[in-house]
Amino acid sequence: MDKKEFIARRVARELKDGDVVNLGIGLPTMVANHVPDSVNVFFQSENGFIGLGPAPEEGHEDPNIVNAGAQCVTILPGGVFFDSSISFGIIRGGHVDITVLGALQVDEKGNLANWMIPGKMVPGMGGAMDLVTGAKKVIIAMEHTVKGNHKILKECNLPLTAAGEVNLIVTEMGVLEVTAEGLVLKEINPEYSLEEVQAATEAKLIVDENLKDMLV
Amino acid sequence: MNKIISMEEAISHVKDGMTIMVGGFLGCGSPHRLIDALVEKGVKDLTLICNDSGFPDIGVGKLVVNKQIKKLIASHIGTNRETGNQMNAGEMEVVLVPQGTLAEQVRAGGSGLGGFLTPTGVGTVVEEGKEKIEIGGKTYLLELPLRADIALIAGETIDKFGNIVYEGATRNFNHLMATAADTVIVEVEKVVEVGELDPNHVVTPGIFVNYIVNGGDK
Repeated sequence: MDKKEFIARRVARELKDGDVVNLGIGLPTMVANHVPDSVNVFFQSENGFIGLGPAPEEGHEDPNIVNAGAQCVTILPGGVFFDSSISFGIIRGGHVDITVLGALQVDEKGNLANWMIPGKMVPGMGGAMDLVTGAKKVIIAMEHTVKGNHKILKECNLPLTAAGEVNLIVTEMGVLEVTAEGLVLKEINPEYSLEEVQAATEAKLIVDENLKDMLV
Repeated sequence: MNKIISMEEAISHVKDGMTIMVGGFLGCGSPHRLIDALVEKGVKDLTLICNDSGFPDIGVGKLVVNKQIKKLIASHIGTNRETGNQMNAGEMEVVLVPQGTLAEQVRAGGSGLGGFLTPTGVGTVVEEGKEKIEIGGKTYLLELPLRADIALIAGETIDKFGNIVYEGATRNFNHLMATAADTVIVEVEKVVEVGELDPNHVVTPGIFVNYIVNGGDK
């Protein structure tokens, strides 16, 4: 299985019936494809609706119904449109249960950097700062390293998106929980050894006493 | 009071050096015809308040490419390379604002609020230069309201008084910006008589709207 699909499948298992969920662009968007039929979640799109549905069939695109990445999507029965102030009231007000985002860096204190690399790439934060600050649970879905370099650090050195807001990190190697003591490895992909996961992580990992296999 | 005016007259209200708000989200719900007319007229040194800087060939991105913007206040510029280029070359000042903060700044500007407190941005570069206020043990940033000389927005159907109905996800910043500018110009697809719209469906009350450009007429 493709690494990204593996990560998306594992994140999907975190979603519970009735959750309001906001998915970031890229890998996080793939999570929507793997939600079990028995679990009903409401996807929120920060440009202004709840009830985000799958991409329309070719020829049925409506340019007025797009996701926050400007891709044509659909709205499900029971969905609702609103303006940006209501949308971010929902986000900051704690009405989003889970947000899933990618990261450039994340650290053992739950700090997240995912909106700029000074001098190289300054796309802007869009809605990410509000989402990470306001959502009840923040899940980072990303590949464990980038070009062999660490992304899970002792301390982020890129400009932060938010301080101390990340709860869970899901990568192709395992599932890590941010705790007051540090990063706890809760699950490990059986294809990797503990030593390999630690070597790919700058922060010191605390291995959970009930460490489980990461299954999707 | 006839609010319906020509595109030419609408654009004559926008002058060099003004602060303008433009509705839309990556081009969805943007007043595309007004933007094209603004590009054609070439007014310059504008301060633009918009969610994003669009794409080089879609939405307000065209104003950036045509070098009409002196200062941009937005939450996202990653889809328009020209914005980054002009920012790095020092040709355009760019203020990046978290999207929820930007929406609320516009809302505050239009609803008589002197500002608001948000937890978004605490512990990041966004807090630089801003007052921090602690309430109930939680730290907030004091964010100030935004207003503009002119708001250019888009709606789907409007009655001749200016009551606006939107389609799909297009209301985004449009409804908020209608409240926060001295002059509000709306581009719509369809104009109907007063009384034809169901008051239950109107999102933006017509009292906010100064002028209507009927895009569907063309």
